[in-house]
Amino acid sequence: MSALAFDDVSITLGRRRILSGVSLAIEPGEFVGIMGPNGAGKTTMLRAALGLIPVSGGRISVLGAAPRRGNAAIGYVPQSRRVAAQIGITGTELLLSAHGGERWGLPLPSSDDRAAVAAALARVGATDLARRPVAELSGGERQRLFVAQALVGAPKLLLLDEPLISLDPAHQRAIVELVRAVSRELNAAVLFSAHEINPLLRAVDKVLYLGGGQAAIGTVDEVINEAVLSDLYRTEVRVIRAEGRIFVIAEDGSLDGHEHDHDHDHDHHEPEHAGS
Amino acid sequence: MGLFDYEFMRNAFAAATIVAIVAGAIGYFLVLRGETFAGHALSHVGFSGATGAVLLGISPLVGLVAFTIAAALGISLVGEKAHRDVAIGLVLTVSLGLGLLFLHFYTAYAGMATNLLFGNVLGISQQTVWVLLGMAVVTLAGLAFISRPLLFASLQPELAEARGIATGRLSALFMVIVALATAQAIQIVGVLLVFALMVAPAATALRLTHRVATGVALAIGFAVGIAWISLLLAYFTDWPTSFWITALGGLAYALSRLPAWLSSRRTTA
Repeated sequence: MSALAFDDVSITLGRRRILSGVSLAIEPGEFVGIMGPNGAGKTTMLRAALGLIPVSGGRISVLGAAPRRGNAAIGYVPQSRRVAAQIGITGTELLLSAHGGERWGLPLPSSDDRAAVAAALARVGATDLARRPVAELSGGERQRLFVAQALVGAPKLLLLDEPLISLDPAHQRAIVELVRAVSRELNAAVLFSAHEINPLLRAVDKVLYLGGGQAAIGTVDEVINEAVLSDLYRTEVRVIRAEGRIFVIAEDGSLDGHEHDHDHDHDHHEPEHAGS
Repeated sequence: MGLFDYEFMRNAFAAATIVAIVAGAIGYFLVLRGETFAGHALSHVGFSGATGAVLLGISPLVGLVAFTIAAALGISLVGEKAHRDVAIGLVLTVSLGLGLLFLHFYTAYAGMATNLLFGNVLGISQQTVWVLLGMAVVTLAGLAFISRPLLFASLQPELAEARGIATGRLSALFMVIVALATAQAIQIVGVLLVFALMVAPAATALRLTHRVATGVALAIGFAVGIAWISLLLAYFTDWPTSFWITALGGLAYALSRLPAWLSSRRTTA
């Protein structure tokens, strides 16, 4: 049974068709990096797997069942966390508020709740930083906390939406390695969206490129080559490998992300030097 | 004669205590969710509700509750935060305008406007104390029932949604509870000064602790403390109670910011 399977899935948001006829399967324990420019449907895909967005065609199956909100087998790290920077309560309190947070009644955690949260924090080495107010943590520390949160209850599928945004390279590496390690430990499949492949290169089993409503999935070598990506993006794509890194450049600039990423400009200019 | 030999003083303390407990607890979540402006507007809607009710010969409290709840549902429908501030601001001014119009037609008792706008805790009857107690029980029971998902959805809305919480409906439910709390607070501090009792203690509490339970307890404690000290000061100075509540609320909040302000000055110096 696949951890996540898309069978000829189409998704339409308003009048925009985000995915059209996408099929793919992700097996337990696999680490899949989702790539693609802004608006290609990375977040939409994750939200559809969570049961937050209906499909307009085809079928999604999460661990053998239809997607449904509140699926405890999924650990989720959403992208937009604008509130996080203002949260004055401690990390532990934040995780406790989320654990079983869908139940009615007073937010009084049981000793089992506390144990589950403590175990997740210990697993990612966040026990000490969770004692501090979330607002005082650095971006990397906060991300570690959210990964811990996604692990509460030992999920079988981890969905992480752009967890590397606004982290420096060292912290990016730490988060990727952390997710890779816990995924092995729990045999959990991971869908990790990012707008740049290099931080994920050593961790991924497969990459999933999204563009023009289509998807290309496979190993790094199978997907990140000029034939596959040029076909997917319907423009001439160049793939340059240098010093253990991969640079993907679309001639028409359609693959350029616009996120605030420290590596971004770097990636843009380096190929010229590396190629010469 | 001692303070508590006067029935109006006993009623005032009872009413202020009940309302302060409600205001502190509700206020904590209001500040946490960044919806204090909505709470402020709800109380203004109460003004047109109360004056309208008096005009129709009904109890002002009934009009107040009806209007604030209706406005709470209206505010929840507007949804999106960016549009919200404008919508809320307009509802607020239109309500005050309506209230003014109702007062224009109702000329029998001029003091009513001042009481509604600034509160008249010393004029509270024993019957009102019982009504407030009943409302407080309903309000706090409602808050207790939704507090767990509310806390989760306030801190991490996207995740709460993915976990199956209907965040929109929850938010509307909370607004109705805020409306009830506001209607009670108006009895003590009046339409214009609800912010002082509902927001100042909670905002102070949120700055002083990193734990949720402690925060709620502190917010309630500050609200009750401020209400009691204000009543005492009003008794001895003969200045309005509402003035003391706003002054002490502002002072508490300023003091809670003082340490951070001092340390930031030290680092820049």
